[in-house]
Amino acid sequence: MSLGSEIRVRPRSSVARIRLDNRYIAPLFITTILVVGHFAYGILESYERTALAIVSALLAELVLGRIFFGKWINLASAYISGISVGILLRSPAFWPYALCSVLSIMSKYVLRVKGRHLWNPSNFGICVLLFLAPETVAALTIQWGNFIWPLLVIWILGSVIIWRAKRIHISITYVLSFFAFAFVRSWITGDPWGSEISPITGPMYQLFVFFMITDPKTTVKSKKWQCIVVFLVAFVEMLLRLNQVVYAPLYALFLVGPTAMLIEIFHTKAQSQDLKALTGA
Amino acid sequence: MSGRKVARIILVIVFICLLAVPLVMRRIAARREQVNNSLDAGAALSRYGFHFEEVAQASGVNFKHQAPTLDHRLDHIMPQVASMGAAVSVVDFNRDGWADLYVTNSGEGSKNALFKNNTDGSFTDVAAALGIADLNQLGTGVSMGSVWGDYDNDGYEDLFLYKWGKPELFHNDAGQKFTRVSDKMSLPAWVNANTAVWFDYDRDGRLDLFLGGYYAEDVDLWHLKNTKMMPESFEYAKNGGRKYLFHNLGDGSFEEVSQKLGIDTRRWALAATVADLRGSGQQDLFIANDYGISELYFNDGKQFREAGKQTGVGFSPKSGMSASVGDILNQGRYSIYVSNISEDRILIQGNNLWVPRDETAGDAVKYDNLARAMDVEMGGWSFGAQFGDLNNDGTLDLYLVNGYVSLDRNQNYWYDFSKIAGGNSTIISDAAQWPAMDGRSLSGYQQKRVWINDGAGKFVNVAQAVGASDVFDGRAVALVDLWNRGVLDVVVANQKGPLLIYKNNVTPENKWISFELEGSTSNRSAIGAEVRLFWDGHQQVQQVSGGSGFCSQNQRRIHFGVGKNPRIEKAEIRWPSGKVETIEKPAIGQVYKIKESI
Repeated sequence: MSLGSEIRVRPRSSVARIRLDNRYIAPLFITTILVVGHFAYGILESYERTALAIVSALLAELVLGRIFFGKWINLASAYISGISVGILLRSPAFWPYALCSVLSIMSKYVLRVKGRHLWNPSNFGICVLLFLAPETVAALTIQWGNFIWPLLVIWILGSVIIWRAKRIHISITYVLSFFAFAFVRSWITGDPWGSEISPITGPMYQLFVFFMITDPKTTVKSKKWQCIVVFLVAFVEMLLRLNQVVYAPLYALFLVGPTAMLIEIFHTKAQSQDLKALTGA
Repeated sequence: MSGRKVARIILVIVFICLLAVPLVMRRIAARREQVNNSLDAGAALSRYGFHFEEVAQASGVNFKHQAPTLDHRLDHIMPQVASMGAAVSVVDFNRDGWADLYVTNSGEGSKNALFKNNTDGSFTDVAAALGIADLNQLGTGVSMGSVWGDYDNDGYEDLFLYKWGKPELFHNDAGQKFTRVSDKMSLPAWVNANTAVWFDYDRDGRLDLFLGGYYAEDVDLWHLKNTKMMPESFEYAKNGGRKYLFHNLGDGSFEEVSQKLGIDTRRWALAATVADLRGSGQQDLFIANDYGISELYFNDGKQFREAGKQTGVGFSPKSGMSASVGDILNQGRYSIYVSNISEDRILIQGNNLWVPRDETAGDAVKYDNLARAMDVEMGGWSFGAQFGDLNNDGTLDLYLVNGYVSLDRNQNYWYDFSKIAGGNSTIISDAAQWPAMDGRSLSGYQQKRVWINDGAGKFVNVAQAVGASDVFDGRAVALVDLWNRGVLDVVVANQKGPLLIYKNNVTPENKWISFELEGSTSNRSAIGAEVRLFWDGHQQVQQVSGGSGFCSQNQRRIHFGVGKNPRIEKAEIRWPSGKVETIEKPAIGQVYKIKESI
């Protein structure tokens, strides 16, 4: 599952009867979060901005997919990217929503190595905007509402979907690592542990844990290395947090994710060359 | 080269160009800002029509605000909790025709000041002599602000002082002294209030009073029962203080009627203002809440009805700090300005400018936030803001102060603040969970905004060019013609900083006209009265206000700038009683003193 990539879950018989394409579970989930969050707490900057983010992502995907792959690409992935930008990006202006969505989608087509894109699309777009337009944009860092139950519902629902997608180990590893590193940070800084775990109770992390770090297109392939990479994301996040970087998780993923991807791509290439050499021999 | 390869090259070029878009936009904005603010006094006067000169010390005003020292369990975050209390209100307490200033202090044992206008450019603090200085004694709480209104219609403005503590009402004894009459008003024992407004909600000719709580009233910030007194949410908090509406019974006593009349929320009120927003003749109440949505109460004279969501102003939660109204488009209708918090890269709430939609009116009025479109959106950690025609060109300008906690310039607390702000209510509401500030700034040393209205839907910030160059932690701002020159001077109260008086020098080419109103059937302060001025095809409406902005009150005198060579058609006065009087072709450059006809 991903912010920007599609999920593929093996259909179970009961689910198959409903005939819900598994690619649409993630979009449905994130849409549910958005709709419930908005009508309960007014989380969106505005309908128009979110719609702009979604439409921009969809159009960019349609056009670029047609040009570079010669076909109309399934839009589930672009929809998730767009809606994620609509939720996570905060700006009173309209243009950052369109620009962020388009950059997110374009990054999949431009920043590619050996046929694979490196960055989770919305992670890329949001980080770039935070770097380049700090006076105009921020990312969602505040909570949605006061109550614990919406939080629990989202965590439980998200966990079930991630479990069905066979990527729950990534989320669990990250959450456990975050808590462990929160202890370490608290010990180093002397700040209350409550303040260190506070961010993970907010909505940005719900999206981050369930969608961004689990993106199949931008995570390494082996289960063991997925856990190691996400542990490293949490570690880099800790280092950034010790340097008082507000968007530490987003930046940590921005740095670690593509690095891991590159290592895997070149390692795989070296392995296949070795294999070729061996078979040739 | 294959077509796909060419497409890929084009894609990369477009990608790089898009990455450059924010940088280009930032550069253009910076250049525009530099051009607007790189003028000397003469050039600013010539280009913008006015220039400020800070004259507080030269006028004998040496007032520095002191902050309180609260319960020691808040020591680690004391600068951000004890961050309010610098307030200023304008009053002519002795009816000599010259505006005086009442300024609050907030250190335990510190003194408030009443700066009497000596009419020669200087001021003398007479608060102690008149009995309204020593009001921050330990155990009684400390002052947060004041509003003046003639609640008993004896012709002299009385003082209501709101505190984090025991609120107080002082009767003005003919400008000679003040007598404490709080007990007769039946005020609550303790309110942690940051806003109050005088207005006559039922139009019975007697001023009533709205009082808004910030921290819950059972919280004594000097003796905490526990540390769980912080907001339960950064945007959805409902654990703040209650609201009060005191109905004036006419015999010096008041009845508290807020819940009975439909005002019953516990959002964290920081500012309130009142105006006839529907053209109904009734005074509607707007409340800017910190940590949540704003509230707009439609008033039918007997009952209040919350219409925030219906009108569009009460949906998106922000950090409301200030509320003020002004007819910025010269269309005879009020827009509402609410200041919020913005910090580059971290929290971009943007201030709100709620402009009534053209085709809507009355109970069906709807507002659009045009702050961005009109360029009055980004004001840093904004506090007080007031509308007034600073250059007498015929359109209302906007003066905004900002800056939260200015400590170490090189270290800031935003990272820790954002960590907590995103957390669950059990964490954010507990002060013990907040990391120590350790001398770090939080949106400190910010540049103020003086936005001049171009009359065509845009405002331009000219603060630096016109001399509003201080970077204190601004809280309250009040506009007043201090020396009866036909211009609006600006008074700014700064947290833990000096009171500033910006004397305004306006180009004489731009003309003005003012109105001083006195009610007879209506409340004698004429609070709620409107003057609608018609000139050269323009019309502008202004009102006498019982409190606006953040912890401030402008002069009661209504001041219109009317530009160069104006031809004034008429001034229409609508009194709170409903009576309408018209002055045909009033002369410019005069203060009209009008008493409501019986």
